[in-house]
Amino acid sequence: MIPTSHYLFLSLGLFTIGVIGVVTRRNVIIILMSIELMLNAVNINLVAFSRLVGSAEGHVFAIFVITDAAAEAAVGLGIIIAFFRNRETLLGDEMDLLKW
Amino acid sequence: MTAPLAVFFVLAGLAVIGAVSLILQKHPIHSALSLIVVMVALAGLYLLLGAEFVAAVQIIVYGGAIMVLFVFVIMLINLDVSLHQVQFNRQWWLGLLLALVLGAQLTVAIAVGRSGLPLGEPAPATMLEPSTQLVGRVLFSEYMLPFEIASILLLVAMIGAVVMAKKKV
Repeated sequence: MIPTSHYLFLSLGLFTIGVIGVVTRRNVIIILMSIELMLNAVNINLVAFSRLVGSAEGHVFAIFVITDAAAEAAVGLGIIIAFFRNRETLLGDEMDLLKW
Repeated sequence: MTAPLAVFFVLAGLAVIGAVSLILQKHPIHSALSLIVVMVALAGLYLLLGAEFVAAVQIIVYGGAIMVLFVFVIMLINLDVSLHQVQFNRQWWLGLLLALVLGAQLTVAIAVGRSGLPLGEPAPATMLEPSTQLVGRVLFSEYMLPFEIASILLLVAMIGAVVMAKKKV
């Protein structure tokens, strides 16, 4: 039997790697992928706790998280396409239209 | 070491290697392929946890739909210039430091809290036995309203994506 804490540590590792990707990379597409990685790390926790207490509710929440990730990816990539068409750049630190 | 534990470590190692590769690759398409490795490894972990339906959804939605979207957009705005630019921003060392501090904090939290939580004894595997059936029952009774709201969210996201990707914004 695999202890639940193993899953917690795996989830923690993936989440931290995702955070590192978000705060260090410049390419917005890779930043968006790192966010997907963080959402996945959350899903591991939900499913692992579901297994721990023996209830299917964690699975339902994991499915909701996946739905949100799909919506977020669609809108995020749409925004990236629109921005690229206007500014010809993919670098997150050059996206400063709202900066005063 | 028992067989499930060995499978767990193989899949977990695959996921972590894929994740590290994701944030280190230069070309976005290589990052996308690394992300697919992570997704598939996680689907295997869900199977190990007895969540067949979530594993299938993970493969179909993440490995299929979302990754196709990513790859499609990368193809669409393929930018050779960006390969010759600096890949990490100027404050990367500060960001890395803070992220590692966050990771250390969470590690300490889990390591300390592990003794207080009833983490060791999982419920018997038979409690989640017809997993898909149970998910369906919970989803369409208790979580009916969130389910409908999620469908509206997807509609809004679809409209948003169409508006964003239009010729003139």
